[in-house]
Amino acid sequence: MADFSVDRTLDARGLSCPMPSVKTALALEQMDMGQVLEILTDDPVSKKDLPVWAQSTGNELLGIKEEASTIKIYLKKA
Amino acid sequence: MNELVKNKGVTIVLFSGEMDKAIASFVIATAAASMGMQVNIFFTFWGLNVIKKEGGLIKGQNWMQKMLNMMNYGHAKKLALSKMNMAGMGPAMMKIMMTQKKVPSLQEFIKMAHALGVKFYPCEMSMSVMGLKQEDFIDECKEVIGAVSYLSIAKDSNINLFI
Repeated sequence: MADFSVDRTLDARGLSCPMPSVKTALALEQMDMGQVLEILTDDPVSKKDLPVWAQSTGNELLGIKEEASTIKIYLKKA
Repeated sequence: MNELVKNKGVTIVLFSGEMDKAIASFVIATAAASMGMQVNIFFTFWGLNVIKKEGGLIKGQNWMQKMLNMMNYGHAKKLALSKMNMAGMGPAMMKIMMTQKKVPSLQEFIKMAHALGVKFYPCEMSMSVMGLKQEDFIDECKEVIGAVSYLSIAKDSNINLFI
Protein backbone atom coordinates (compact mmCIF):
# COMPACT_ATOMS: atom_id res chain seq x y z
CA MET A 1 0.00 0.00 0.00
CA ALA A 2 1.48 3.34 -1.07
CA ASP A 3 1.85 6.25 1.30
CA PHE A 4 -1.10 8.54 1.73
CA SER A 5 -2.69 10.58 4.47
CA VAL A 6 -6.24 10.07 5.61
CA ASP A 7 -8.46 13.17 5.31
CA ARG A 8 -11.55 11.74 6.92
CA THR A 9 -12.57 8.61 8.83
CA LEU A 10 -16.01 7.06 8.61
CA ASP A 11 -16.89 4.70 11.42
CA ALA A 12 -19.41 2.30 9.95
CA ARG A 13 -18.85 -0.45 12.51
CA GLY A 14 -21.99 -2.26 13.56
CA LEU A 15 -23.86 -1.28 10.42
CA SER A 16 -25.05 -3.87 7.93
CA CYS A 17 -25.64 -3.87 4.19
CA PRO A 18 -26.33 -1.47 2.45
CA MET A 19 -25.47 1.16 5.09
CA PRO A 20 -21.66 1.13 4.73
CA SER A 21 -21.99 1.91 1.00
CA VAL A 22 -24.66 4.55 1.60
CA LYS A 23 -22.60 6.24 4.34
CA THR A 24 -19.50 6.07 2.15
CA ALA A 25 -21.34 7.76 -0.72
CA LEU A 26 -22.61 10.50 1.61
CA ALA A 27 -19.17 11.03 3.18
CA LEU A 28 -17.36 11.23 -0.18
CA GLU A 29 -19.94 13.69 -1.45
CA GLN A 30 -18.73 16.20 1.15
CA MET A 31 -15.06 15.68 0.34
CA ASP A 32 -12.80 17.18 -2.30
CA MET A 33 -11.26 15.46 -5.31
CA GLY A 34 -8.11 13.53 -4.37
CA GLN A 35 -8.92 13.35 -0.66
CA VAL A 36 -8.72 10.00 1.12
CA LEU A 37 -11.54 8.45 3.11
CA GLU A 38 -10.88 5.73 5.67
CA ILE A 39 -13.88 3.48 6.30
CA LEU A 40 -14.00 1.32 9.41
CA THR A 41 -16.37 -1.61 9.17
CA ASP A 42 -16.93 -4.98 10.80
CA ASP A 43 -19.34 -6.15 8.14
CA PRO A 44 -17.63 -8.95 6.16
CA VAL A 45 -19.77 -8.16 3.10
CA SER A 46 -18.32 -4.63 2.95
CA LYS A 47 -14.89 -6.08 2.26
CA LYS A 48 -16.28 -7.28 -1.07
CA ASP A 49 -18.94 -4.64 -1.63
CA LEU A 50 -16.96 -1.45 -1.06
CA PRO A 51 -14.23 -2.26 -3.65
CA VAL A 52 -17.05 -3.00 -6.15
CA TRP A 53 -18.77 0.23 -5.10
CA ALA A 54 -15.51 2.15 -5.69
CA GLN A 55 -15.06 0.57 -9.09
CA SER A 56 -18.56 1.31 -10.29
CA THR A 57 -18.50 4.90 -9.05
CA GLY A 58 -15.01 5.52 -10.46
CA ASN A 59 -13.35 6.17 -7.09
CA GLU A 60 -9.94 4.67 -6.39
CA LEU A 61 -9.42 1.85 -3.90
CA LEU A 62 -6.10 2.47 -2.18
CA GLY A 63 -6.08 -0.55 0.07
CA ILE A 64 -7.72 -2.77 2.64
CA LYS A 65 -6.30 -3.53 6.09
CA GLU A 66 -7.67 -5.94 8.65
CA GLU A 67 -7.09 -5.39 12.34
CA ALA A 68 -8.84 -7.85 14.62
CA SER A 69 -12.53 -7.63 13.72
CA THR A 70 -12.22 -4.20 12.08
CA ILE A 71 -11.74 -3.91 8.35
CA LYS A 72 -10.20 -0.62 7.20
CA ILE A 73 -10.86 0.41 3.63
CA TYR A 74 -9.13 3.38 2.00
CA LEU A 75 -10.78 5.18 -0.91
CA LYS A 76 -9.53 8.17 -2.86
CA LYS A 77 -12.19 10.44 -4.28
CA ALA A 78 -11.99 10.74 -8.05
CA MET B 1 -21.76 12.06 -11.96
CA ASN B 2 -18.93 10.39 -13.84
CA GLU B 3 -18.97 8.50 -17.17
CA LEU B 4 -19.21 5.05 -15.61
CA VAL B 5 -22.58 5.59 -14.04
CA LYS B 6 -24.12 7.90 -16.61
CA ASN B 7 -27.48 6.86 -18.04
CA LYS B 8 -27.84 3.93 -15.71
CA GLY B 9 -30.91 3.57 -13.62
CA VAL B 10 -33.00 1.26 -11.51
CA THR B 11 -36.77 1.20 -11.63
CA ILE B 12 -38.66 -0.88 -9.11
CA VAL B 13 -42.36 -1.66 -9.28
CA LEU B 14 -43.39 -2.21 -5.69
CA PHE B 15 -46.66 -4.10 -6.02
CA SER B 16 -46.53 -5.86 -2.64
CA GLY B 17 -47.58 -4.25 0.61
CA GLU B 18 -45.58 -6.41 2.99
CA MET B 19 -42.78 -5.16 5.23
CA ASP B 20 -40.19 -7.73 4.11
CA LYS B 21 -40.70 -7.06 0.42
CA ALA B 22 -40.72 -3.29 0.97
CA ILE B 23 -37.45 -3.43 2.93
CA ALA B 24 -35.86 -5.59 0.22
CA SER B 25 -36.88 -2.94 -2.34
CA PHE B 26 -35.43 -0.12 -0.26
CA VAL B 27 -32.14 -1.98 0.38
CA ILE B 28 -31.69 -2.24 -3.40
CA ALA B 29 -32.90 1.34 -3.95
CA THR B 30 -30.53 2.92 -1.41
CA ALA B 31 -27.56 0.78 -2.50
CA ALA B 32 -28.15 1.74 -6.14
CA ALA B 33 -28.55 5.40 -5.24
CA SER B 34 -25.25 5.23 -3.31
CA MET B 35 -23.64 4.01 -6.56
CA GLY B 36 -24.86 7.14 -8.29
CA MET B 37 -27.69 5.46 -10.20
CA GLN B 38 -31.02 7.18 -10.72
CA VAL B 39 -33.60 5.15 -8.80
CA ASN B 40 -37.36 5.28 -9.29
CA ILE B 41 -39.97 3.35 -7.34
CA PHE B 42 -43.43 2.96 -8.81
CA PHE B 43 -45.85 2.08 -5.98
CA THR B 44 -48.87 0.22 -7.21
CA PHE B 45 -51.78 -1.68 -5.70
CA TRP B 46 -50.90 -3.19 -2.29
CA GLY B 47 -47.53 -1.42 -2.52
CA LEU B 48 -49.34 1.90 -1.96
CA ASN B 49 -49.57 0.98 1.74
CA VAL B 50 -45.81 1.52 2.06
CA ILE B 51 -46.18 5.25 1.28
CA LYS B 52 -49.51 5.91 3.01
CA LYS B 53 -49.64 8.46 5.81
CA GLU B 54 -50.50 7.21 9.28
CA GLY B 55 -54.13 7.51 10.35
CA GLY B 56 -57.39 7.88 8.49
CA LEU B 57 -59.02 4.48 8.71
CA ILE B 58 -61.92 5.25 6.40
CA LYS B 59 -60.98 6.54 2.98
CA GLY B 60 -62.73 6.45 -0.36
CA GLN B 61 -65.97 7.58 -1.92
CA ASN B 62 -68.25 4.53 -1.84
CA TRP B 63 -68.89 1.74 0.69
CA MET B 64 -66.72 -0.78 -1.17
CA GLN B 65 -63.70 1.54 -1.24
CA LYS B 66 -64.29 2.44 2.41
CA MET B 67 -64.47 -1.22 3.39
CA LEU B 68 -61.36 -2.08 1.35
CA ASN B 69 -59.32 0.75 2.86
CA MET B 70 -60.44 -0.15 6.36
CA MET B 71 -59.48 -3.81 5.93
CA ASN B 72 -56.29 -2.91 4.09
CA TYR B 73 -55.21 -0.27 6.64
CA GLY B 74 -51.44 0.09 6.76
CA HIS B 75 -48.47 2.43 6.52
CA ALA B 76 -44.68 2.07 6.75
CA LYS B 77 -44.85 1.31 10.49
CA LYS B 78 -47.74 -1.08 10.17
CA LEU B 79 -47.19 -3.71 7.52
CA ALA B 80 -47.47 -7.49 7.71
CA LEU B 81 -44.78 -10.02 6.80
CA SER B 82 -45.30 -12.13 3.67
CA LYS B 83 -44.42 -15.23 5.70
CA MET B 84 -44.80 -15.98 9.43
CA ASN B 85 -46.91 -12.93 10.14
CA MET B 86 -48.51 -14.69 13.15
CA ALA B 87 -51.13 -11.99 13.65
CA GLY B 88 -48.54 -9.23 13.92
CA MET B 89 -46.05 -11.05 16.16
CA GLY B 90 -43.82 -11.77 13.16
CA PRO B 91 -43.26 -8.13 12.17
CA ALA B 92 -42.71 -7.12 15.82
CA MET B 93 -40.03 -9.79 16.26
CA MET B 94 -38.48 -8.99 12.89
CA LYS B 95 -38.21 -5.31 13.88
CA ILE B 96 -36.37 -6.27 17.09
CA MET B 97 -34.03 -8.59 15.20
CA MET B 98 -33.29 -5.94 12.59
CA THR B 99 -32.65 -3.26 15.22
CA GLN B 100 -30.15 -5.60 16.89
CA LYS B 101 -28.28 -5.83 13.58
CA LYS B 102 -28.59 -2.06 13.08
CA VAL B 103 -30.62 -2.50 9.91
CA PRO B 104 -32.65 0.70 9.39
CA SER B 105 -36.41 0.53 9.85
CA LEU B 106 -38.67 0.96 6.83
CA GLN B 107 -39.41 4.60 7.80
CA GLU B 108 -35.67 5.28 8.06
CA PHE B 109 -35.12 3.62 4.68
CA ILE B 110 -37.82 5.81 3.12
CA LYS B 111 -36.26 9.02 4.49
CA MET B 112 -32.77 7.93 3.46
CA ALA B 113 -33.87 6.94 -0.05
CA HIS B 114 -35.58 10.30 -0.46
CA ALA B 115 -32.45 12.14 0.74
CA LEU B 116 -30.39 10.15 -1.78
CA GLY B 117 -32.64 11.33 -4.61
CA VAL B 118 -34.78 8.20 -5.09
CA LYS B 119 -38.04 9.20 -6.79
CA PHE B 120 -41.36 7.88 -5.51
CA TYR B 121 -44.29 7.55 -7.90
CA PRO B 122 -47.74 6.40 -6.74
CA CYS B 123 -49.83 4.65 -9.41
CA GLU B 124 -52.80 6.69 -10.54
CA MET B 125 -55.02 3.76 -11.56
CA SER B 126 -54.65 1.87 -8.25
CA MET B 127 -55.36 5.10 -6.40
CA SER B 128 -58.58 5.72 -8.30
CA VAL B 129 -59.76 2.12 -7.86
CA MET B 130 -59.14 2.33 -4.12
CA GLY B 131 -60.44 5.89 -3.83
CA LEU B 132 -57.13 7.31 -2.59
CA LYS B 133 -55.87 10.85 -3.11
CA GLN B 134 -52.38 12.28 -3.25
CA GLU B 135 -52.83 13.79 0.23
CA ASP B 136 -53.22 10.24 1.60
CA PHE B 137 -49.54 9.68 0.84
CA ILE B 138 -46.35 10.87 2.52
CA ASP B 139 -44.80 14.12 1.24
CA GLU B 140 -41.83 12.28 -0.33
CA CYS B 141 -44.17 11.27 -3.19
CA LYS B 142 -44.08 14.04 -5.70
CA GLU B 143 -45.84 12.90 -8.81
CA VAL B 144 -48.74 10.52 -9.42
CA ILE B 145 -48.16 8.71 -12.72
CA GLY B 146 -49.75 6.10 -14.98
CA ALA B 147 -48.52 3.00 -16.78
CA VAL B 148 -47.22 4.89 -19.82
CA SER B 149 -45.13 7.27 -17.72
CA TYR B 150 -43.84 4.32 -15.69
CA LEU B 151 -42.81 2.54 -18.91
CA SER B 152 -41.07 5.60 -20.27
CA ILE B 153 -38.98 5.69 -17.08
CA ALA B 154 -38.47 1.90 -17.12
CA LYS B 155 -37.22 1.79 -20.70
CA ASP B 156 -34.45 4.22 -19.78
CA SER B 157 -33.44 2.09 -16.78
CA ASN B 158 -31.18 -0.90 -17.23
CA ILE B 159 -32.36 -2.64 -14.09
CA ASN B 160 -36.10 -3.18 -13.73
CA LEU B 161 -37.59 -5.09 -10.85
CA PHE B 162 -41.14 -6.10 -9.96
CA ILE B 163 -41.46 -6.81 -6.27
